[in-house]
Amino acid sequence: MTTVLRPLSTLTTGAPHPATPVKIDVQGMNFYYGAKQALSDITISLNANVVTAFIGPSGCGKSTFLRTLNRMNDIIPGTRLEGRITIDGEDIYAPSTDVVGLRRRVGMVFQKSNPFPKSIFENIAYGLRINGLATSRSDMEGRIEESLKAAAIWDEVKDRLTESAQALSGGQQQRLCIARALAIQPEILLMDEPASALDPIATQRIEELIYELKSTYTIVIVTHNMQQAARVSDRTAFFWLGRLVESGPTATIFTNPAEKLTEDYVTGRFG
Amino acid sequence: MTSASRRIAGDRLLQTMSILVLTLSLVALTALLYDVWSDGWRRLDWQFLTSMPSGRAHLAGIYPALLGSLYVLLVTAGLALPLGIGAAVYLEEYGGGGRLARLIEINIANLAGVPSIIYGLLGLGIFVRVFGWGPSVLSGGATLGLLALPVVILSTREALRTVPMSAREGSYALGATKWQTIWHQVLPGALPGILTGLILAMSRAIGETAPLITIGALAYIDFTPSGVMSPFTVLPIQIYNWISKPQAAFAENAAAGIIVLLVLLLSMNAVAIVLRDRFQKARA
Repeated sequence: MTTVLRPLSTLTTGAPHPATPVKIDVQGMNFYYGAKQALSDITISLNANVVTAFIGPSGCGKSTFLRTLNRMNDIIPGTRLEGRITIDGEDIYAPSTDVVGLRRRVGMVFQKSNPFPKSIFENIAYGLRINGLATSRSDMEGRIEESLKAAAIWDEVKDRLTESAQALSGGQQQRLCIARALAIQPEILLMDEPASALDPIATQRIEELIYELKSTYTIVIVTHNMQQAARVSDRTAFFWLGRLVESGPTATIFTNPAEKLTEDYVTGRFG
Repeated sequence: MTSASRRIAGDRLLQTMSILVLTLSLVALTALLYDVWSDGWRRLDWQFLTSMPSGRAHLAGIYPALLGSLYVLLVTAGLALPLGIGAAVYLEEYGGGGRLARLIEINIANLAGVPSIIYGLLGLGIFVRVFGWGPSVLSGGATLGLLALPVVILSTREALRTVPMSAREGSYALGATKWQTIWHQVLPGALPGILTGLILAMSRAIGETAPLITIGALAYIDFTPSGVMSPFTVLPIQIYNWISKPQAAFAENAAAGIIVLLVLLLSMNAVAIVLRDRFQKARA
């Protein structure tokens, strides 16, 4: 199993990186929940305007890794990170980092849709308001419409913006959460199993949406559904027991992985 | 007897006993309420609610005590609500886990169990004497505020804990600061629970007599409080005053006063129940 520990660069044997600049660069990152190490020596770079999928069995650390990218783990007491994560060359764990500003740039959609117990309008308006993004009421309304359109939910909710967001269906709630994240115009969108609680049709809509959004955003999606990873992502990273086993172009990972472990996982031999 | 039938018999026995105990306490409560009602209902009218106390029982009313109770309660709520919520937010959202926070937590839980007369002595020492507020509405309200504070803190913390992590994460993920998250998401979500706790604390405060007697609330006043620095009396003290008189007519007044106090208490509890109900529905 020692091969698993080798740095990523020696493992990536597939096609070269896409011709977009590196957006997120992770070097030798270790992550701990208290004394328990959840991620070991992660080194990977993620390119701009590319959809990267994190796959792996439950508890492999893929969600934890995703949450290090907008420092969402900071709100869990006792967590600790070693190594270096940069976004556009800026160390996001430097003491001078403005975490609130970071989360504005790195939006997140959660596994379980979590609209606020407010109206559809207010759900989107909240992020705009706390970040002081809307200059006027009409500007606010324009931005809300724009983000609901971007999340492909405008037609379904345009006549009921004042109704409670919790009256929406699960798939609609999740697209509302995507709209909420898009409204504050992030550069990166993190999605933590965004479709795991949805039916196939709602899932398909989310996947189509991801495909449309990647021209504007750098997207990282965690999924335990390998077909989904194959469908939506350009690049895939496979995690196992807190380690990054292999990453590369999605087609390579699924058809011609360098590691036996990856092959066993993507062919369904375990996980 | 087989083991199964013995177990069933034991089951029956316990069931019967619980029903018996329940009936007993309900009968006692009903008897008490009936006794008070039959003594006092004849005195209950608008005149009783709006008159000053008097040496003649049939002219005496409860007006100053009723207003006094409401005034004191307002001061109590005005003090206990912001301080209680502030302390709970600190303990639950900011200071949690530290050694100091744990020490404070233990002390707050203990404070909730301290006899009310102790708060009266504290109020007498600090508010009446040191602050020089005298036996005023302000002193009384502040004393009861201290009494209510631990209950408000404990119930607010409980309410804050019911706000799901996902709501906080959703807010943080949009670039909200900790305070924005608490103010816009956590507190509104916890509000019904906080209000329920506050009202329950207030209903305890409204029935308190001992601490207010200690700080020198008057037993007989024939004026309504003119402000927070005015001397005052409250319903329980007025009731106590009437009961301690030898004439039977005053006992009637006391019973009527008890009914007024009970109605006030029950309506406050009803509001708390309605709030809790709405809270649970919103979470479902």
